[in-house]
Amino acid sequence: MSDVLTSRVSAAGASSSAAEPVLSVRGLTTAFRVDGDWKTVVKDVSFDVMPGETVAIVGESGSGKSVTSLSVMRLLAKGSSRIEGSILLNGKDLLALSDKEMRQVRGKDAAMIFQEPMTSLNPVFTIGRQISEALTCHGEIAKAEARAETVRLLEKVRIPNAASRFDDYPHQFSGGMRQRVMIAMALASRPRLLIADEPTTALDVTIQGQILDLIKVLQEEEGMSVLFITHDMGVVAEIADRTIVMYRGEAIETGATEDIFRNGRQPYTRALLSAVPRLGSMAGHSWPLRFPIVDVETGLRSEPSEVADTVERGAPVLDVRNLTTRFDVLGGVLGRKVGAVHAVENVSFDLAQGETLSLVGESGCGKSTTGRSITRLVQPNAGTVLLDGQDVLTLDTAAMRRTRRSIQMIFQDPFASLNPRMSVGATVAEPIVEHGLARGSEAREKAADLLKRVGLSPDMMKRYPHEFSGGQRQRICIARALALDPKVIVADESVSALDVSIKAQVCNLLMDLQQSLKLAFLFISHDMAVVERVSHRVAVMYLGEIVEIGPREAVFSNPRHSYTKKLMAAVPVPDPARRGIRRNLSVDELKSPVRPLGYVTPTRRYDEVAPGHLVRVDDGM
Amino acid sequence: MYSYIGKRVLVAIPTLLIISIFVFSLQKLLPGDPVLALAGEDRDPQTIEYLREKYHLNDPVPVQYIRWVGSALQGDLGISLKTNQPVLKLIGDKLPVTIQLAVMSIIFAFVIGIPMGILAAVKKNTALDYIANVVALSGLSIPNFWLGIMLILLVSVKLGWLPASGYQPFFDDPLRSIQTMLMPAFVLGNALAATLMRHTRSAMLSVLSADYIRTARAKGLSEWAVVLEHSFRNAVLPIVTLSALLFGELLAGAVLTEQIFTIPGFGKLIVDAVFTRDYAVVQGVVLCTAVGFIVMNLIADVLYVLLNPRMRAAL
Repeated sequence: MSDVLTSRVSAAGASSSAAEPVLSVRGLTTAFRVDGDWKTVVKDVSFDVMPGETVAIVGESGSGKSVTSLSVMRLLAKGSSRIEGSILLNGKDLLALSDKEMRQVRGKDAAMIFQEPMTSLNPVFTIGRQISEALTCHGEIAKAEARAETVRLLEKVRIPNAASRFDDYPHQFSGGMRQRVMIAMALASRPRLLIADEPTTALDVTIQGQILDLIKVLQEEEGMSVLFITHDMGVVAEIADRTIVMYRGEAIETGATEDIFRNGRQPYTRALLSAVPRLGSMAGHSWPLRFPIVDVETGLRSEPSEVADTVERGAPVLDVRNLTTRFDVLGGVLGRKVGAVHAVENVSFDLAQGETLSLVGESGCGKSTTGRSITRLVQPNAGTVLLDGQDVLTLDTAAMRRTRRSIQMIFQDPFASLNPRMSVGATVAEPIVEHGLARGSEAREKAADLLKRVGLSPDMMKRYPHEFSGGQRQRICIARALALDPKVIVADESVSALDVSIKAQVCNLLMDLQQSLKLAFLFISHDMAVVERVSHRVAVMYLGEIVEIGPREAVFSNPRHSYTKKLMAAVPVPDPARRGIRRNLSVDELKSPVRPLGYVTPTRRYDEVAPGHLVRVDDGM
Repeated sequence: MYSYIGKRVLVAIPTLLIISIFVFSLQKLLPGDPVLALAGEDRDPQTIEYLREKYHLNDPVPVQYIRWVGSALQGDLGISLKTNQPVLKLIGDKLPVTIQLAVMSIIFAFVIGIPMGILAAVKKNTALDYIANVVALSGLSIPNFWLGIMLILLVSVKLGWLPASGYQPFFDDPLRSIQTMLMPAFVLGNALAATLMRHTRSAMLSVLSADYIRTARAKGLSEWAVVLEHSFRNAVLPIVTLSALLFGELLAGAVLTEQIFTIPGFGKLIVDAVFTRDYAVVQGVVLCTAVGFIVMNLIADVLYVLLNPRMRAAL
């Protein structure tokens, strides 16, 4: 298999190749007009996609990978963008086509699916209409036949009860199902090329596994080529025959996926790969491990130093018992309570000083609500949260305000969580001044110290959030959280929105801070590989409940609950040997934690399989 | 769906009640005694007492209020103090005039404002967009009365194309009726058109940058289908809500416009009634206006839900 592939790849490089490429891009250069100046974002990119082949374009945000794909489809805004070079699709130069001719290409010869299935479907039209539109707008099929064909497409992308869902609207579908609808739409006129722009990035990991499976199966059935844009090296390893690495608008390396992974020539490629956490790479390590950092310019790799044991065993700093948070569901004419979302149900755990406990699970599992309940950003219905022996949930407003000094949060979106009209210095100094710890120049000095501590320069204090990169912004948020000398930091998906290399750096920063300040982290994340790297202990949540909790090594090397196993099997591993794997995950949806009125939660029993490793006992296990 | 409409109607009842109390108290708080005005120059105490008795003005205020609401519910809005005609009949006579003015103004506003807004959004930052914005700003900033007078001067006095003032009932002579109403409707509608244009433009702009519009383009749909079907169907939602609110502006504008063009409509009725302290008429007119406003908003709310599948599902 791999031999055949290599020969094909080399053949594709030579001009004497027998098979014509489906897509052939030469010297693609795309520029945007910003304030009257043309800014080049894609520089001289060339590549081919052969029939039936999957080519991945991988890179971090701002590398130009999405712009490349949008350039191929000519979907960039006309007045403010300029595309040069040549783009041959089935031998036809797309850049020479008129707008009208290009419309015939879109959706017919080449189709595209996007990152955000939640917003990529028109909310006011039924999905049936939106798919059949893709069939009828090229005038090849009559309206009457379109319905039957649409149902066939819905069945093809494995949407259960396809015929009955024709008249449903997008909001009646989950994220994974919407992405299936998008794929059905893209397949409508049997394109020879499918461009998939981060199609699984916004999805939960088990849903991602299903969608990747589906794309592979459909590609075989339809014999189409796929141009796959992603930032996720795990996905690349699993799906791509060949890989193009993009960096700052340039395709710096192109080759068979295996070659790129095993012997990347460019320092950047190696830097990118070494920053990717690999699920299962932590076996044998007892403590969290810093990420190795590879210098982008030189390619030199600095091996991570072992983190010392930071955990202070003894009385936990945070002790959560039977925490329950529910949100009422209202309905009927009078808006009466008809049920409740059991967002957090009977959750108990403790956290020692200097320890990182990770809460993992898929969207809607209640991990974020748990964090918010502990910090009382939402009011829990029951339970106790002892912070240093004091019950946080019974405090009045003034006492809670004082207690917030000991427990701080870092959120997912650093830009949205910084006030755009406040300078960075003022942002970091604000909690210090608000709590009366220092004022004026003294507060400014403290803020400067904090910025230094998170790896920023104090002379950045006068700047505003929009002048920083995503990673720097998250460092500012960390500095702000540290301003009050907290004991516990709740990090809610704090590294999820960051690029891999930045993610590695911020994780390293958090681990350094833990070592020097003995911080306790409640690390909320959906990213199993990062969690494996940074945590001492792990709790897996499903439908508001903890199904498994224990030392990180025990949970990862010996997962016991069926959901934990399913979750881990779904994580893509950046290892090209796994290319073409099928997970055969069943097309089921996450169940909902919405319960009717009068629902009695079953009493749960936990089985201690090893010291500190507890697994919920479910019927039929 | 029906339960939603029912709920909205139920919510409207307390609103109406508050408005009726407000209207009634406002009348009582206004300086000037209508009886004194009616009794004439000599102010004969006996006549005054007789008039007070006749119009129940000696009863306690709450009793007066309840009597007024009670009869209003039965369709009796009282008798005009000035003309001795039933208020309902006065309103019934003037209402069609104002409705014709309102409908024609709204047609003007929609026909000018919405296409201009769509065009300005699609051709953003081009000459066309700038021109549309300048026109809209002028429409908003030129006072109605000035525009009205200038139009009369130009179109009627100078060119003699349209009648300067007056009113012709629609069913007597439709053509003549529309002709007389053309200028007033334009004057009244142009400010609304400007507001509609600005809102249509911004609603369209935010929709045009949405992910699903990119999907529609990626499908290979024509620009026409992308703009008018996929985009406008979403952008129309905020416009529906806005249109109901513009109804209030329309009535306020009608008062002035009817004065300028001497149209015997609702606006003229209320102005005359205020000046002569014709309590019953003022109350009746304000109440009718309020009911109209509430009904318009009710329609807008229902329309909004009908056009928005996500809301429909929540019912």
